[in-house]
Amino acid sequence: MDAIYYLHPTTQFVLFSLVKIVLAFGITLTFVAYAVLAERKISAWIQDRVGPNRAAPFIVDYLPVIGPALVRLGLFQPMADGLKFLLKEDFTPAYVRKVYFWLAPALTAVPAFMTMAVIPFGSTLGNPNNPMVIADLNVGVLYTFGIVSLGVYGIVLAGYASNSKYPFLGGIRSSAQMISYEIAMGMSVVAVFMVIGDLNLSKVVAYQGGGIHHWMLWKQPLAFFIFLVAAFAETNRLPFDLPESESELVGGYHTEYSSMKFALFFLGEYASMIAASAMMVTLFFGGWTFPWGGGAADGLLGGLAHIACFIAKMLVLMVVFIWVRWMFPRFRYDQLMDLGWRRFIPLAMANILITALVLAALNH
Amino acid sequence: MTKVVERKPLSMLERTYLPSIVGGFQVTWKHFAKSVLKGKPLTMEYPEEKWVVPEGYRGAPYLVKDQEGDTKCVSCQLCEFICPPKAIKITPPGPEGTPADRANAEKMPREFEINMLRCIFCGLCQEVCPEEAIFLQRDYSLTGSTREEMVYNKQKLLELGGVHGGIQKWKHKLEEAQAQEAFPVPQS
Repeated sequence: MDAIYYLHPTTQFVLFSLVKIVLAFGITLTFVAYAVLAERKISAWIQDRVGPNRAAPFIVDYLPVIGPALVRLGLFQPMADGLKFLLKEDFTPAYVRKVYFWLAPALTAVPAFMTMAVIPFGSTLGNPNNPMVIADLNVGVLYTFGIVSLGVYGIVLAGYASNSKYPFLGGIRSSAQMISYEIAMGMSVVAVFMVIGDLNLSKVVAYQGGGIHHWMLWKQPLAFFIFLVAAFAETNRLPFDLPESESELVGGYHTEYSSMKFALFFLGEYASMIAASAMMVTLFFGGWTFPWGGGAADGLLGGLAHIACFIAKMLVLMVVFIWVRWMFPRFRYDQLMDLGWRRFIPLAMANILITALVLAALNH
Repeated sequence: MTKVVERKPLSMLERTYLPSIVGGFQVTWKHFAKSVLKGKPLTMEYPEEKWVVPEGYRGAPYLVKDQEGDTKCVSCQLCEFICPPKAIKITPPGPEGTPADRANAEKMPREFEINMLRCIFCGLCQEVCPEEAIFLQRDYSLTGSTREEMVYNKQKLLELGGVHGGIQKWKHKLEEAQAQEAFPVPQS
């Protein structure tokens, strides 16, 4: 292992980055698969159902007690789901605009994964020159907002390319929704960065490092609330799943999609949920730091514990995402716009103003 | 009569959506706790647990035997003719066929087939049968791996149908005939 440290620093950087990219990508994909399972299970429980409990590969036979229990929990269901998506017929209707039709799913899935690049998911694994973040950008959060907004193009494009009524309506709704919530979301975090004074997400985490009482959540609760609601709208989750709305738009923008292309939309939706959760953990819940504080880890175990802490916080937020789905009915189109334009944008502005006044008073 | 639904304007508190958040959480938590903590989801896990269908349920039609274990069907073919989806196919015994199980009954079918893939469980066969030989019974889930397997023949239908008593027209006819043989009628 030490041989790596004799390499040129650039080569080291490239190597470490590649490993981190592959790991982050793989872990995110696994989380997407199991987020779908969690969604299905929690939804089932809330609706007094049982949820997936049948998928049982042959290895179960060799696990006496745990095996059947895992099957009951549906732990093997994601594999069956993935296989199903791969093996399904990939049908392209004759009337679609082919190029855009093929492009749209990729455009939805890619940005969701790209957001992961700037999120610091751990401190270090022993080497202080190798922080656990793929790209430690100074404009971290601006990059995130830039990339996240791109995801909407995929949905709008899917609506346009499908050349059919419901997807089109879904696409239009998505663009209107994006305009209403992107601004409020951006403005809500302005206040956060005013307090911290840096856009680099690693610095944001460092600022909150002192333990649970240093978390941004307590200093900017309003910003967190606005960000949370806007994140629901951004990721097309209920109660703001207007572009998709199964009950009125027959699945919305992905009505005409099947097989792996549909799976990519699915992947994109859950990956952006994970990205939004990771973003919220970083901005408001102290990132990878433990609730009792503590700085960067100096060993491998400590580093892994930090990553686990980050993932645990993220999972809690994922459960919130899933749970909220069953708490509210879908907002009407105009209610959604009203909430975005007439409530959250003024609230976010007021928040910025108050934060500025308080900061000015404190620094005076 | 028109009923005017009063729609009160939302109060300030309600417009913050806070009561809905609390209410939504209460409802979802109640159900979550019921299915996870108490382990009582409403789901009936079908192939392992099955509904008990009530008496008189109209499931698949099967042929029945009488108390003596004889075939009741006399191959009149009324059910075949009335069957709306043409699921029943009866092969009559013909002039040289095997005699009926029951003495005095004229005939019984050589083969009696119901295609369960066609059958709609309407019960017209049961209604039309003059011999009370076919009944809709309580089986509702018939499965097979081939189409041929789903065509139930006479032997299978009789096995599944079981015994169904009721009128014993042909037995009484036989007794009558025997009584006439032994004329004068014995004083009872």
